[in-house]
Amino acid sequence: MTTMDTLEKPFELGFTYTRSTGPVIGHFLGALAEHRILGVRGSDGRVLVPPPEFDPVTAAPLDEWVELATEGVVLSWCWVAQPRASHPLQEAFAWIMVQLDGADVPMIHCLRAPAMSAVRSGARVRACWVAEPVGRITDLCCFELVEGDKA
Amino acid sequence: MRDIAIVAYSQSPCVADAGAANEVELIMPQLQAVYAQVGIDNAQAVDFVCSGSCDYLQGAAFAFVAGVDALGAVPPIKESHVEMDAAWALYESVLKIRMGHADSALIYGFGKSSPGELPTVLSQRLDPYYLAPLWLDTVSLAALQARLLLEQGRVSERQMAEVVQRSRRNARANPLAQLAGDPSLDDLLAEEPFVAPLRRSDCAPVSDGAAAMIIATVEQARTWGVPYARLTGIDHRMENHNPCLRDLTRSTSTRQAAEALGVSDAPVDVAEIYAPFSHQEILLCEALGLGQETQVNPSGGVLAGNLMMASGLARVGEVFRRVVAGEARRGVAHATSGPCLQHNLVAIVEGA
Amino acid sequence: MSEDVAVMQAPVYLQYHFTAGRAPTRFLRRLKEGVLSGQRCPRCSQVYIPPRGSCPACGVATEEEVILSDKGTVQSFTIVHIPIPGNPIDPPYVVANIVPDGANISFIHLLSECDNREVRIGQRVEAVWRPREEWTWAMENILYFRPLDEPDVAVERIGTLPVTGLEG
Repeated sequence: MTTMDTLEKPFELGFTYTRSTGPVIGHFLGALAEHRILGVRGSDGRVLVPPPEFDPVTAAPLDEWVELATEGVVLSWCWVAQPRASHPLQEAFAWIMVQLDGADVPMIHCLRAPAMSAVRSGARVRACWVAEPVGRITDLCCFELVEGDKA
Repeated sequence: MRDIAIVAYSQSPCVADAGAANEVELIMPQLQAVYAQVGIDNAQAVDFVCSGSCDYLQGAAFAFVAGVDALGAVPPIKESHVEMDAAWALYESVLKIRMGHADSALIYGFGKSSPGELPTVLSQRLDPYYLAPLWLDTVSLAALQARLLLEQGRVSERQMAEVVQRSRRNARANPLAQLAGDPSLDDLLAEEPFVAPLRRSDCAPVSDGAAAMIIATVEQARTWGVPYARLTGIDHRMENHNPCLRDLTRSTSTRQAAEALGVSDAPVDVAEIYAPFSHQEILLCEALGLGQETQVNPSGGVLAGNLMMASGLARVGEVFRRVVAGEARRGVAHATSGPCLQHNLVAIVEGA
Repeated sequence: MSEDVAVMQAPVYLQYHFTAGRAPTRFLRRLKEGVLSGQRCPRCSQVYIPPRGSCPACGVATEEEVILSDKGTVQSFTIVHIPIPGNPIDPPYVVANIVPDGANISFIHLLSECDNREVRIGQRVEAVWRPREEWTWAMENILYFRPLDEPDVAVERIGTLPVTGLEG
């Protein structure tokens, strides 16, 4: 607890927030619990996922839902050799920007992969799901590489 | 519009761990230093005080309020705070003076990041529904951006190493820097990946410390009889909070702010750029429209020491020091805030 | 069709390593020895407890340590009648601003061993310490304050008594 000069002590700061989701995020999370990924169409025609509540260009409310594939392609990635305690995966993994089939923008999530050498931009990946969904983004627990697509 | 003069600036050394010093003890030496430069006693002698800090860094709720204990706020003073880098406290102060509500202002920023795990703490700036629950840390987010730039051929790993090398070399002349040296490009490129494609040297270190500045009307600066530089422009623009809804290979908000200010209308002798990751410096130089004639980050920049919530103000302060010393006639300072260069501020500092 | 999710659990837990600061460290070390201490402003001479390292009125650093009495004066108080979750103390109880002799500002602590109806501003009180072997770096070393059999302090004199108290 002490050193010669200073008094110090580890502590945990906790915020036990429950957040209201609203109609857009709540709808997306509800579908996610059923292993479906929904995007919304923006004013410029692009399909956006995860869905913003308001159009990023015009700020208009968005409500035209588009069901997307649960597979997509990696646009960018980085390799976390030593995961932090807070990270969703505790073995070495990749963060990916993945563009789901049917979407026009990528989303960021984690990719479970056997090694850094197995990951590349352009790789196809698919969503993996938790056994018991709770209505959070983490119900989609991670992505994994589609078999036969390892570079 | 009233002209703004920067009259005083001070920054603490960037240290990995300020140890026992609390926020008051971090701030006070810098405040005393800028008071001494102007010849005043305390915050009572300025019309307005504005600070920038983030309590989450050290996990101490209302540390920014406790920081007011450093000011001498009896009788009460006009005081404000931004939960951002103090460069935005400077912006608020500039508005206050331009509106005629104040003739002088004290600005300070402080950050004690060492008590927490900074990249993890900063992950909670992301939207609370989609990204914050994943605990996507700042280093990983920057690494995703770096790979986009690398694979598009916009930057090379060698160019990134050159940024690091120049930072370390320049920092040798900066006694306040945390990391200085003369690494070879080969040594830098031989370093193990940290969060590939980033190496540890591509990432700003975590630093504790504080910075303070005093600005005033030109008339007030003359009354004080101190050397000053003119802050001839300041602008800031913000992009979408979702990194996937903006083009991470460009800093549109920086470019807009620079164009609005006319950064390229006259030669830029020196630029201090807040790029916490090496590839971002390349991106930002491009967005600012800087050419070969501009000396970039002569202080070493934040790759040599990164005072969260004060580094942006420090960029302005570094340009001010060089202009007042006659080393530069016109300089540009840049500050950033939010995940992956979401929000950017540009300021122009010129000789009196 | 799936059911929309109305609320989302979004807990945030962050780990930190707290350091007390130079001035608070000196204060807490004295407290571990059963002594209350403050720091004096070199400009206005006010004595602050707990010290933060500066005089908030003058904006100058404080260095001079001042040993204080564990006797003091009630500057203000409230009687808490509502139970507070997680608080082990049964209401009603008294929470008071207490200025220790030798200091110029108060801190907040409990007042007990008293008739709540008799508690008043200007009342003299003294600290009741835990057994020495339980002392740590915390104000909990003092269980509570209890009334002293001394004359009340006039309101205008509260916060001005020397460390020797009323005798001074």
